[in-house]
Amino acid sequence: MSSVAAKAAPPTAAPATAKGKRHLTDKQKGERKLAYMLCAPAVIAMLLVTAYPVLYALWLSLRRSDLRFPDASEFVGLTNYITVLTSSTWWSVLGATTLITVVSVAIELVLGMALALVMHRIIFARGPVRAAILIPYGIITVVAALSWQYMFTPENGFLPFGISQSALLADTAGQYIAIIATEVWKTTPFMALLLLAGLAIVPDELHEAAKVDGATAIQRFFRITLPLMKPAILVALLFRTLDAFRLFDSAFVLTNGDFRTVSILGYDQLITRLNLGLGSAVSVLIFLCVLIIAALFVKGFGTAAPGAGDDR
Amino acid sequence: MSAGRERLVWTVGLFFVLAFALIPVLWLLSLSLKQTPDLTDNAFLPLGGITFDNYSQIFSGDIPFPKYLVTSIGIALIATLISITLGAMCAYALARLDFPGKRIILAVALAIAMFPPISVVGPLFDMWRNIGLFDTWQGLVIPYMTFTLPLAIYTLSAFFREIPWELEQAAQIDGATPFQAFRQVIVPLAAPGTFTAAILVFIFAWNDFIFAITLTSTDNARTVPAGLSFFSGGSQFETPVGAIAAASVVVTIPIIIMVLIFQRRIVAGLTSGAVKG
Repeated sequence: MSSVAAKAAPPTAAPATAKGKRHLTDKQKGERKLAYMLCAPAVIAMLLVTAYPVLYALWLSLRRSDLRFPDASEFVGLTNYITVLTSSTWWSVLGATTLITVVSVAIELVLGMALALVMHRIIFARGPVRAAILIPYGIITVVAALSWQYMFTPENGFLPFGISQSALLADTAGQYIAIIATEVWKTTPFMALLLLAGLAIVPDELHEAAKVDGATAIQRFFRITLPLMKPAILVALLFRTLDAFRLFDSAFVLTNGDFRTVSILGYDQLITRLNLGLGSAVSVLIFLCVLIIAALFVKGFGTAAPGAGDDR
Repeated sequence: MSAGRERLVWTVGLFFVLAFALIPVLWLLSLSLKQTPDLTDNAFLPLGGITFDNYSQIFSGDIPFPKYLVTSIGIALIATLISITLGAMCAYALARLDFPGKRIILAVALAIAMFPPISVVGPLFDMWRNIGLFDTWQGLVIPYMTFTLPLAIYTLSAFFREIPWELEQAAQIDGATPFQAFRQVIVPLAAPGTFTAAILVFIFAWNDFIFAITLTSTDNARTVPAGLSFFSGGSQFETPVGAIAAASVVVTIPIIIMVLIFQRRIVAGLTSGAVKG
């Protein structure tokens, strides 16, 4: 069908069969128009609430902008970045955040896999188990952190190592343990649910066949289950790594702001010290770290990237 | 391994799962029911007897907990309503209509969902103070869109793909316009998935802490998480552990109820976006 004929046809009678790539029928045009109209509010809102503040943060990070000295605001180029990147605080805080991220995500992967296997195999009490593990996921992070804080506090806690003469939460190693424990408790369910969804796509026939061939349960897990679950595992790891890296709530509450992750360092500069320039430089650097982590994962994904199968 | 032994292994596993998930919650419940002298007895259970004093204290007016609760519920509901409305429109287009740029919209939503909130705290703090949104409900609802909108778009578009769309075509053949078909045929079909997405979005908004402590300064717009952290850490007086535990239990009850009723749907919502994404 020629484009002239398609244009000449009244809108209601536009034939849907013409699927020309360059010449759109009126129906297709109408569909696109509707699609853009439906998407526009959400997309514009998302960009307004994120892109604009991020660009603003970028601008702030290039200025001396201290709310205690509002008149001394001026363009200083990369000075704020140099100050942050040459300070030992930034690097030690970045190291601490990375350590917590790596350790908690690793523990979550192992525990989450165990949880997923249990949920996949049990034939009774599935509902109650699912409900039980959704509670840590749904509970407010601050509330979870308070519960763990009271466990670890000598006066209130019931844990034997909380009752030792010195407060566990007062020393650095103890803070790491408490933060990681809280993080693992709160987010392992999410990891487990993603892995459970991945387990469901591993065909039972493969396991039966391997069983017949004499493979043990452990062999079957490492040779069949794990390789087939690689995409699900990578997605779960990506989500959780990025989430753990921006850790704020639980560390802040558990140690009353004493332990610093990169997000808490940003908070200290921005809100406690009111130094918007330096704080924004920290924020932009955190944003860059997240981009780097995401890029590394996406490279590892290959074709299994989320969104890759979205053409429907 | 025999079938009986295998069953035993999974049962023990089940027991560990339940203990793992529930102990911190039971611990808060226990603390909230302890009498004041028993708070320091280092026992897991309230062995010295149960009291509801902590609960009456948080609702008596000594602590502005009821105000935090109203603020939290109000802000989370408004954020949910806005993001589900905008998200549903967008997700309908993504799941159903043919147009270029679908992948980009989903990628942008995913990127924004993964984005560190601290990156926008500084600019928002500065802007809100200049335009009078600091310490207001709107001042929190707007930044909540940074995570509620992507979540809504993602979850809803996953649910919407499962809808039997032939019905919409049937409606259009019967003479309905695309918009009428959307409003009168698809909306009722999409309601259960939309409701699930709303629960997830609500949980996320309800959970926020970082925006709530940075963009508020008084009880005017302080939500429960921010309020709890203030009456635990900020005071030089003795921390009211029992009251905080009671408040924690109160705000956890709605989550437990939602989880018990909608567990199957919540799991579907959580994983559909990620796995089929």
